[in-house]
Amino acid sequence: MLNYDLVVVGGGPAGMAAALKAKENGIDSIIVLERAETLGGILEQCIHTGFGLHYFGEELSGPEYAGRFMKMLEGTDIDVKVDTMVLDVADDNVVTAVNKKDGLLKIQAKAVVLAMGCRERPRGALSIAGSRCSGIMTAGTAQKYVNIDGYMPGHEVVILGSGDIGLIMARRMTLEGAKVKMVCELMPYSGGLTRNIVQCLDDFGIPLKLSCTVVATHGKDRLEGVTIAKVDERLQPIPGTEEYVSCDTLMLSVGLIPENELSKNSGLQLDNITNGPRVDEYRETEHAGVFACGNVLQVHDLVDYVTEESQIAGLGAAKFIKGEKVTGECVYTKGINGVRYIVPQRINHDTDADVKLYFRVGAVFNNAKIIVECDGKEILSKKKVKLCPGEMEYVTLKQSVIKELPVNAEITVRVEA
Amino acid sequence: MENRELVCVACPLGCPITVTFDADGNVATITGNTCKRGDAYARTEVTNPTRMLTTTVKVEGGKSYVVPVKSANPIPKGMMMECMKVINEASVKAPVNIGDVVIENILGTGVDIIATNYAD
Repeated sequence: MLNYDLVVVGGGPAGMAAALKAKENGIDSIIVLERAETLGGILEQCIHTGFGLHYFGEELSGPEYAGRFMKMLEGTDIDVKVDTMVLDVADDNVVTAVNKKDGLLKIQAKAVVLAMGCRERPRGALSIAGSRCSGIMTAGTAQKYVNIDGYMPGHEVVILGSGDIGLIMARRMTLEGAKVKMVCELMPYSGGLTRNIVQCLDDFGIPLKLSCTVVATHGKDRLEGVTIAKVDERLQPIPGTEEYVSCDTLMLSVGLIPENELSKNSGLQLDNITNGPRVDEYRETEHAGVFACGNVLQVHDLVDYVTEESQIAGLGAAKFIKGEKVTGECVYTKGINGVRYIVPQRINHDTDADVKLYFRVGAVFNNAKIIVECDGKEILSKKKVKLCPGEMEYVTLKQSVIKELPVNAEITVRVEA
Repeated sequence: MENRELVCVACPLGCPITVTFDADGNVATITGNTCKRGDAYARTEVTNPTRMLTTTVKVEGGKSYVVPVKSANPIPKGMMMECMKVINEASVKAPVNIGDVVIENILGTGVDIIATNYAD
């Protein structure tokens, strides 16, 4: 059995930031376990720019952003094992992992940071009629084919879902000479950032069809076309609006799911909305000493926010290991009236700092107000020109305000349109 | 000259901006933006729109098939596809480091194409 103060599961932006922050805060023995051949996680295939505007104040590509953290890691004595798959995180914080070189590894940790990221919602989750011909893939898979493996997965493309990966791939495929016929979006609004709609679709004249979905795929060996249809307010296809679109590739960008198999196996309850563990203000889960951050906790729009959150978790883990972390009676958070969820779900009543509450709204709001209340009393409010589901929002609760709240109180956040 | 309707991409707010022109085709007014950056974006967008170009270049003699690259600065929007042709005909010998210049002064734009990852 190996012994480490901190084991970090996952070497993407979340894991690297958490490990570095713990190191900065005096933790000596840290190991990062990464499933892939290199650190960096999904950033390695995100070759477009737009990363780091908040954190570094520069516009970097994904590999450049990851590269900066890899450099910082190299400058420390943090151990890294790549090609290493974590199989289990047990109650007593024993992490079981496996790789080709060491075989089976058992590591006793004082604290664990879960930073496994997320994966794409697959075709099977959509129940689109059609055979299992080739040419149907998630946008992220296509992104790996083009950007890492260096080959084109198709020539005539339809993209279902207007999340950022779908939009980015519309531009990427066009630049490489493919014809992207359209992006279909089930909702009446896009789930992607406005700047991506402008730069990835409008620049290339690619139509974005809102309230529209793919109802069938055609082709036996290779995809030959899809049938699209408009949907009603209940998101059901409207009969008579079907249209055939020929294509050899269908890319799906229909949502991301936090990759929480390890968390679930270790008995952690997941939040129904975020599909991530329920955490306190330092991102400690319901298991003492087990922290979670990045896309495994909640899907983020920007890696900069992943870094910020992971530094909170890394600091929390360091405090836990040193016996300095506040743990006790809590107040609880809840999103209502247009606010879908809040992270963190609970805040230690005697917390030692201000706490940012992160959330997403369920629809588009213009000139709205975010109102934070407790026991019917307004704690704070914040005006917003625009709120949309694609952008994560936050409000900051002062430590002094939290201290004044009754123990076990419920803090609600809502939108007033 | 007709008005131009734009959506600002300077930040996630996405302000709708209207640009009007005078008789000589120069920018007369810019409205709808809520900050200075929106004004600057709209001016460039109607005079000489530029974009960052990111793609990959073939790697020879290494483990990696391709290495990601970007334009060191934004290039004229209308030249993106032409630049892609040049980049797709190029290749680079492993090993490659972040920041290595892969193509100098692409198509006389004064902008270099540089590697954004390591490749060996």
